[in-house]
Amino acid sequence: MIRDRFTRFNWRAACAVLGAIVCIGAASDPAERLADPAKEARARAVFQQVRCVVCQNESIDDSEADLAHDLRQSIRQQIVQGRSDGQIRAFLVTRYGEFILLKPRFSLGNAALWLAPFGLVLIAGGALIWRARRPADPAQTADLTPEEQARLNALGEN
Amino acid sequence: MTAELGSFALVLALVLSVAQAGLSIAGRVRGSAALAGAGEGAAAGAFLGVAFAFFALMIAFVTSDFSVANVAENSHTAKPLLYKIAGVWGSHDGSMLLWCLALTGFGAVIALSGGGLPARLKASAVATQGLLGTMFLAYAVFASNPLIRLANPPVEGASLNPILQDPFLAIHPPFLYAGYVGMSVVYSLAVAALIEGRIDAAWARWVRPWTLAAWSLLTIGIMLGSFWAYYELGWGGWWFWDPVENASFMPWLAATALLHSAVVTEKRGALATWTMFLALLAFTFSMLGAFLVRSGVLTSVHAFAVDPTRGTILLVILGVTAGAGFCLFAWRAPTLAPGGLFAPVSREGALILNNLFLSVCAFTVLLGTLYPLIGQALSGESVSIGPAYYNLTFTPLMAIVLLILPAGPLLAWKRGDLLGALQRLWWAAALAVAAAGVVLILSRPTKGLAVLGVGLGVWLIAGALAEVGERVRLGRAGFGEALRRLRGLPRGAFGMTLAHIGVGVFIMGAAYETAFRIEAAQVLSPGESLKVGAYALTLDGVGNAEGPNYLAERGAISVTRAGHPVCQAHPERRLYAPGRQTTSKVALCEQNLGDVYVVLGERRPGPHGALGWLVRVYWNPWARLIFIGPFLMALGGAVSLSDRRLRLGVPRRAARTAQVRA
Repeated sequence: MIRDRFTRFNWRAACAVLGAIVCIGAASDPAERLADPAKEARARAVFQQVRCVVCQNESIDDSEADLAHDLRQSIRQQIVQGRSDGQIRAFLVTRYGEFILLKPRFSLGNAALWLAPFGLVLIAGGALIWRARRPADPAQTADLTPEEQARLNALGEN
Repeated sequence: MTAELGSFALVLALVLSVAQAGLSIAGRVRGSAALAGAGEGAAAGAFLGVAFAFFALMIAFVTSDFSVANVAENSHTAKPLLYKIAGVWGSHDGSMLLWCLALTGFGAVIALSGGGLPARLKASAVATQGLLGTMFLAYAVFASNPLIRLANPPVEGASLNPILQDPFLAIHPPFLYAGYVGMSVVYSLAVAALIEGRIDAAWARWVRPWTLAAWSLLTIGIMLGSFWAYYELGWGGWWFWDPVENASFMPWLAATALLHSAVVTEKRGALATWTMFLALLAFTFSMLGAFLVRSGVLTSVHAFAVDPTRGTILLVILGVTAGAGFCLFAWRAPTLAPGGLFAPVSREGALILNNLFLSVCAFTVLLGTLYPLIGQALSGESVSIGPAYYNLTFTPLMAIVLLILPAGPLLAWKRGDLLGALQRLWWAAALAVAAAGVVLILSRPTKGLAVLGVGLGVWLIAGALAEVGERVRLGRAGFGEALRRLRGLPRGAFGMTLAHIGVGVFIMGAAYETAFRIEAAQVLSPGESLKVGAYALTLDGVGNAEGPNYLAERGAISVTRAGHPVCQAHPERRLYAPGRQTTSKVALCEQNLGDVYVVLGERRPGPHGALGWLVRVYWNPWARLIFIGPFLMALGGAVSLSDRRLRLGVPRRAARTAQVRA
């Protein structure tokens, strides 16, 4: 029933449609906050890296869905209990799978994901340097023929 | 009756597109000007047909004709007129019609105005555009006709999602689509040049204005969409690296790379093959975006999955168009003559570096967008790619290319003097370091992102100004002489300067806002206040308000800074009666290019038991720069474009400019 109404951002609209709720930075709700500002800041940093798995591509920091609320509560509790961010993430992954982490962990499986951009720059840059160092091919130095140059000039004037 | 006429016109447009392709191909093969001319006439006719269908749909929306299925699903009698009109492109079917309108419109423009193009090249380009039109119009007619009637029309429509009822969102699709589809002209010109076996400076000179126009429109479209997200969604974010956003960003990156490589091809005849590749790539990315958004293959758009058959058809169109283009490229490109020689340190070299990084950035966005699909196909387990991925890959790569940007325009063609260029940039570098230092010393807490971002932004702005100063020989010749030279500069030079300044402005805003945004939330009863940064907000009261199709709770909040009143904010919580949906209307209070961003939340008991409203506030310093920057970039594109028109259209004036410069 709900169709692709606009090409961009329509997933955000889903938030309003699905729950008839206001999408506002949900995690800042004063009723949920921890008393210790340092721990609260840590909790918020973790929230931003955790996907609200029932939403359209939102972190639990933004989402007002019930599941996001429950996860926030659980993570805040774990922080109070003194668990590290890594332990909390491991807990989430065992419960919901890799999918829940908005920042994929570096592993052999997704090494390509993290390294490809830099690898591509190095390979392409290396190829360019190699080509630049190669002696010039005399065939490449040929310029435009006089007729071609005349035609180009004529085109430029029109 | 109007809807039937519209449907008829749409079918007619499809037939004319077929005729456009057929006649142009025949004209090209037989070398007949009459046949090619008939093809051009068909191109104009196809545009008129689609325009008529579009107009018919608009009438159906404005008159709330709910016997048309698309209107019944997306409109409502109580909706304001602007959103009735915007409803035309508010649905999948309607937005496809807008796409077709732009596609045939651009086809008609090439057909009717491309007088300076060689006849064969033009016939091939018009034919290619006709084939594209045929595919997309066939899709519109057979798979997503927005003018289909309902057997039992409802009395009232289902209305457009209220979160989409916003002026910025209403006008951004036309810009975005004009930008996406503008790349189709570049694609057609590239295919035509490959068929004719000729890519040269003259071809690049034809491609550049089209790329510039499409790029500027795309920039505006993305900026408007981002601004909408910023103030409509209620938590002040302006870019989420969501697949749907990435879909518009990839063609933008490819078009930006193309703009720069086409300069090299035009001015120096080099990089022709690469420019051709980018020309094909830009439109491929546009179509990939259209496919990703409509097919529902990505989680982001999952809820809007239209229907897999339609996605499949779009994938086939994408495959055919991109496949044909790149096969032709692989076949013909090696036969193209390579262009002029140049040393690694030269304007050409700098532009190649620009292209290297921009292409890798586009690839990174593509990888991040598609990786969840690839992962699922390979290992069965899906991963999520959030903003953190792009911040660690895209951002550093982009930072490198921006760092070297100011030096590029100061290098000469063929063989440049890097040391000389850097010497002429010393004051820009000094200014950048000073600005970074000021941020480092004055702002607390210390944020590396803000220090680097402001430094980089100032470096870009000052570097762009240094380049103009160099051109007019400011400081070496007298002031009057510099002014005279400034007037003599071609508009393209100003366009480039403006666009590069825009990049700097954007970087400063983006980095500063991200580093220093502050958030506060509290339950306030009337008379109570909360603080965010230097600002104090007092809730004066909450009243009721009524809009054309909604009821609202409207807060009155006084914003003060150090005791002095700054502004009155009126955030609203709206209840749209038709769909019973609640949305929040953010109040923005602009202060020194930043925003005090106020959201009125639900009513609930406060910490002391008294009933109040949850008020969320953000202080987003320099947030406006994030939108001013892209606006300046698009303005730069428009200024450049006006220059090209002068040069291409009025030869005498061009000759005079040349004399002045000599």
